[in-house]
Amino acid sequence: MATIEASGLRKTYGTTVALDSIDLRVEEGRILGIIGPNGAGKTTALNAILGLIAYEGKLNVLGRDPWNTRDELMRDVSFIADVAVLPRWIRVSQLLDYVAGVHPKFDRTKAEGFLARTQIKQASKVRELSKGMVTQLHLAIVMAIDAKLLVLDEPTLGLDILFRKQFYDSLLNDYFDHSRTIIVTTHQVEEVQDVLTDLIFINHGRIVLQCTMEQFEARYVEVMVHPDHLAGARSLKPLSERQVFGRSVFLFDQVDRNQLSAIGDVRTPSIADLFVAVMSNHSQVGHQKPEVSK
Amino acid sequence: MNAESPNPSPAARVTPTFVWSVKRELWENKSICIAPAIVAAVILFGALVSSTHLPDRRRNALLLDEVRRQAAIQLPYDIVAVVLMITAFIVGLFYCLDALYGERRDRSILFWKSLPVSDGTTVLSKLSIPLLVLPPVIFAIIVATQFIMLLISSAVLAPSGLAGTTWTNFNVLQQSVILFYGLIVITLWHAPIYGWALLVSGIARRATFLWLVLPPAALAVFEKITFNTSYFWDMLKNRLGGAGDTAFTFQMHRGLSVDQLTPGRFLSTPGLWIGLLVAAAFVFAAIRLRRYRAAL
Repeated sequence: MATIEASGLRKTYGTTVALDSIDLRVEEGRILGIIGPNGAGKTTALNAILGLIAYEGKLNVLGRDPWNTRDELMRDVSFIADVAVLPRWIRVSQLLDYVAGVHPKFDRTKAEGFLARTQIKQASKVRELSKGMVTQLHLAIVMAIDAKLLVLDEPTLGLDILFRKQFYDSLLNDYFDHSRTIIVTTHQVEEVQDVLTDLIFINHGRIVLQCTMEQFEARYVEVMVHPDHLAGARSLKPLSERQVFGRSVFLFDQVDRNQLSAIGDVRTPSIADLFVAVMSNHSQVGHQKPEVSK
Repeated sequence: MNAESPNPSPAARVTPTFVWSVKRELWENKSICIAPAIVAAVILFGALVSSTHLPDRRRNALLLDEVRRQAAIQLPYDIVAVVLMITAFIVGLFYCLDALYGERRDRSILFWKSLPVSDGTTVLSKLSIPLLVLPPVIFAIIVATQFIMLLISSAVLAPSGLAGTTWTNFNVLQQSVILFYGLIVITLWHAPIYGWALLVSGIARRATFLWLVLPPAALAVFEKITFNTSYFWDMLKNRLGGAGDTAFTFQMHRGLSVDQLTPGRFLSTPGLWIGLLVAAAFVFAAIRLRRYRAAL
């Protein structure tokens, strides 16, 4: 059974189509990054998966219908929906008491262990903590829950670079194993490139690109082309062409690496560069949408 | 799969989840206990200050016939009970009005909804504050305040040899029974008001107090203009202040005693049961609504 199965998932707000018939299948043990511009439908998709909004179409998360069984689903799903949603009035110790009281899969000792590595004191109130510490606290709680699916919506927004680095390090070292699934949306794409196993680009409520990171590395090649080979490079139908320090950098999809290394320096592109290329000629990529990894 | 320990059934987990949710409400809303305690402290301070006139007043009261004497000596204690009960009502009302609004305003609803706690448990735990938590709290505060007043009065009257007159005219145990009964009556009677406040707090995007007051007021005005009647307005007034009408048999110039309680008449008032049904409908709507609610 896949962790998430969606077919024809659709959500409209009045006349605005937030999600336009999305098909999605996320297997156990994957770390999926959902990348898209603001208003693309990322948060809507996550909210549907978490049972926070009603939707049209079929959606199955861990064998359950999220909208009608949110409270049961939350025994196996954790999420950080946004930074700073922890109630500001609560004490850290009260928060641990409460989660331990209501969550059958919360391991308080584990959470206290994570907190011991931070500057956070249990007697502090959330409002007394810095933004970075609030995120650390939320992560400590979430990582102490033995969930099957963890959903992170912009978990590091507004944090400084040290906190952001540490966030993904702890997630990978102390939490992730191959029986869990993680979904993350972020604008800080460069930080998750080495973390992800799967990648989805979403725009205007549609999936415009969907691949595993192996496929990503095999398919997309960035070439810094020698000035004498520019015409040849353009004839290979690059996804994009941009100027970096006066040199032309081309992004190719499914073009033979040997052929490309003849015309310049070849490397794997960053997700951010591919994202920019795909978004700027969205329609061009749309018709050659790759098959989903099965 | 087989290595996994069996999950306790949802029903078995509802109780601790509910209790923890109520605790959570009390952590967040300490004012529920603090506000009435402050009012009680102010009352006691007033009683202390005015106690210099107590011996004179008591001598005058002792000149009255037995019924009026008892009423006069009981009166300050009754006022304390009424003032603290009104305080509790206001505290409960404003608590309900913020209960489902505050969590959306500070976005913490996104955290609460990430936990395996149903909307039903959440809303019912919030409803239990005015219905189950506040009455015993306010009972304890009133009894304690009255007891301290008795001690003050005894101390002040002792030099003039009148200390015993308070105790013979104010039966602490009997008054506590009346108070206990009165609190149950008023809580049941006000249940639809708390339910309405909870529903409003789940609906309103701002100005919860206006949403609490304006729709009923508009309905009353509409009825007056359209039919030139005021049934709805009378009903509202009765709902706010009419709890005692059928629950007690009041007598002029007489303090309440246990034989004036009429629980049978109260329980057979259609208004009580209609009110409870309306309260249930409001709460049910608030539970359903919370599923659709997100951060503001």
